[in-house]
Amino acid sequence: MFKILSKKEIANNIRSFEIQAPDIAKRAKAGQFVILRINDNGERIPLTIAGADLSAGSVRIIVQEAGKTTAALCQMKEGDYIKDFVGPLGHATEIKNYGTVAAVAGGVGTAEVLPVIKALKEEGNKVITIVGARCEDLLILRDEIEAASDELLIATDDGSCGRKGFVTDVLRDVVEKEAVNVVYAIGPVPMMKAVANLTKEKNIKTMVSLNPIMVDGTGMCGACRVSVDGEIKFACVEGPEFDAHKVNWEELISRLAVFKDLEKISFEKFKSRGGCKCSQG
Amino acid sequence: MLSRVKISERDAQERNKDFKQVNAGYTREQMLEESKRCLQCKTPLCRRGCPVEIDIPDFIRELSLDNPGSAIEILKKKNNLPAVCGRVCPQENQCEKFCILGKKGESVAIGNLERYAADWAAANNKEKKRLETQTNAVKIAVIGAGPAGLTCAGDLCKLGYEITVFESLHDTGGVLRYGIPEFRLPSEVLDAEIEALKENGIKFVLNTLIGRTKTLADLFDEGYKAVFAGTGAGLPVFLGIEGENLNNVYSANEFLVRVNLMRSFDFPHYDTPVYKGKKVVVIGGGNTAMDSARTALRLGAQSVKLVYRRTETEMPARKEERIHAKEEGVEFVILTSPVRFIGDDKKFLKGVECVKMQLGQPDESGRRRAFEIKDSNFIIEADMAVLALGLNPNPILPSLTPGLKTDGHGYLIIDENFMTSIPGLFAGGDIAGGDTVIQAMGMGKQAAKKMDEYVRNLK
Repeated sequence: MFKILSKKEIANNIRSFEIQAPDIAKRAKAGQFVILRINDNGERIPLTIAGADLSAGSVRIIVQEAGKTTAALCQMKEGDYIKDFVGPLGHATEIKNYGTVAAVAGGVGTAEVLPVIKALKEEGNKVITIVGARCEDLLILRDEIEAASDELLIATDDGSCGRKGFVTDVLRDVVEKEAVNVVYAIGPVPMMKAVANLTKEKNIKTMVSLNPIMVDGTGMCGACRVSVDGEIKFACVEGPEFDAHKVNWEELISRLAVFKDLEKISFEKFKSRGGCKCSQG
Repeated sequence: MLSRVKISERDAQERNKDFKQVNAGYTREQMLEESKRCLQCKTPLCRRGCPVEIDIPDFIRELSLDNPGSAIEILKKKNNLPAVCGRVCPQENQCEKFCILGKKGESVAIGNLERYAADWAAANNKEKKRLETQTNAVKIAVIGAGPAGLTCAGDLCKLGYEITVFESLHDTGGVLRYGIPEFRLPSEVLDAEIEALKENGIKFVLNTLIGRTKTLADLFDEGYKAVFAGTGAGLPVFLGIEGENLNNVYSANEFLVRVNLMRSFDFPHYDTPVYKGKKVVVIGGGNTAMDSARTALRLGAQSVKLVYRRTETEMPARKEERIHAKEEGVEFVILTSPVRFIGDDKKFLKGVECVKMQLGQPDESGRRRAFEIKDSNFIIEADMAVLALGLNPNPILPSLTPGLKTDGHGYLIIDENFMTSIPGLFAGGDIAGGDTVIQAMGMGKQAAKKMDEYVRNLK
């Protein structure tokens, strides 16, 4: 059992949790993830580690309500226990001095990019972080991201903060203005795909952190297979980060939709039992 | 006398709709009749066929005297998981194959008798006797709570060691839990066996992936004098053909993990979903293929076709499993191999293109080689496919442990003492080239003896 040490709402429907897991906190590196199961009937879901506090022995995860499990998790309180929590899984981000790195993040990816940019900056890179959100209210961890970046650029769909438009519009300006050695992207698949298309055209090495469906997360079931350069790769043990220009994005998008109908049934059942208080904001 | 007492099986058309056990096991009367068939040979050949060296005639004699309590004690001396073995061991290729009665008639049903004793113990032995061993305060770690690890842990515990088993999943049992379906091995049977190990003092630490959560070096630093790796099988094998990543094309491991470990047959009561295919194609001819096909039927498939490149004679699956599968309605499509998976516009499977095969001369393995017949392609309509083509060894521990050597296929290299290239780290089961549950158990048992010797020589 893994205790929820703290829980904070950081935007509408997005919560930040500190989970007591000293063994994981000790080993966690930027780019790795955990798999959790909230109770005996629960499913196993992967979540990227958004930070670790060695002295507190805790791991930070950021959860956006998207379905039954994330909604149920959002409803848990400080002092509650998560049944299962295993990690750190997957390979860590390859951190070295690339020169100038543009880190592009959207949605909860904004939280997940934080340990990556911290590590990149510590290694001596110039870090330009580009964050996208639908509107200003959904921007998360702005201060922390700003502190860990040399430059923070924001794009919102409605123009309520930063530039009106997509992260790719901002990224295009950045790479046209200065020499970017590496791009790192994490967030919704359409965003990562759009970044990959842009940087391919500009011939800039780009890493993406993929989020396929997983079950065991330890290289056993093959649910998380993705095609990279025409070959099957298992994201849980060979990823989660891959060369963005070699990922088969259409396949990833269709595989992520495989349980759409069943996920809806599960979520509706949860909500009909009055389970979800998250959506009330 | 020539034939054994038949075990009563539930009607195939009834059992293929639920996950309850296929057969109920012997009644007391059936057990007595069958156990009396044993000739109590002076030099019992059956024992030669048992990878865990059970004193077979001894336990059968106790059963024939209606002493199931003594029978289970004899079994437990050598076998930590008798209720499991009685159900899933391929006895026909092991103990029963050597039984002298088999020469003229049918061998003694050793597996059924073992199961009777184990089930009797689970039902009647509420106040279980704790193992009376003096603990020696020496710590040993076991990685993986599957058949190899559980056996190794059980045997070392009997020798007095303090055992901690580290498991990466959220539950114990390894393949016995995530792989073998309820209708062959009910989870409460497995739970009871593992509970008995816990009562003897074995500690289980779940959600711990050695290599990631802790390293092997951490374990030695924490004072474990020796470590056993029974990390099992890993990455499923795919064919490398077109359309393999279409939606509703599953590896057998994913399909069975969802249904068995995550209990998605009871979705949405359990949160994990699984697609319940209507027209299912299973590819492969082993026990896992049979388990997948029979599971698909139980999830409500209208048709399940098992596609295999050779003929039924060459299938690696146990005869009993093949018979059960066919009785329940699985259709065997032999001498057939898939060449491509066909999807609809949303990338969901709608058919499997296959080619007919013919058999040529035997290859090095002794099995007849299969050749494609040109222009024999045809399409099987299917909304779900399950690939049961085998597994590669789990790469996590070797890839994250400096100095740990593997062979060309990724199996841990072990010496005649079951020790890996790292002193103090032993291995057995799938990760060291084992294949079946009982083989894994045999390796776990042999390794335990060698680990005991190793640790005693350390002092």
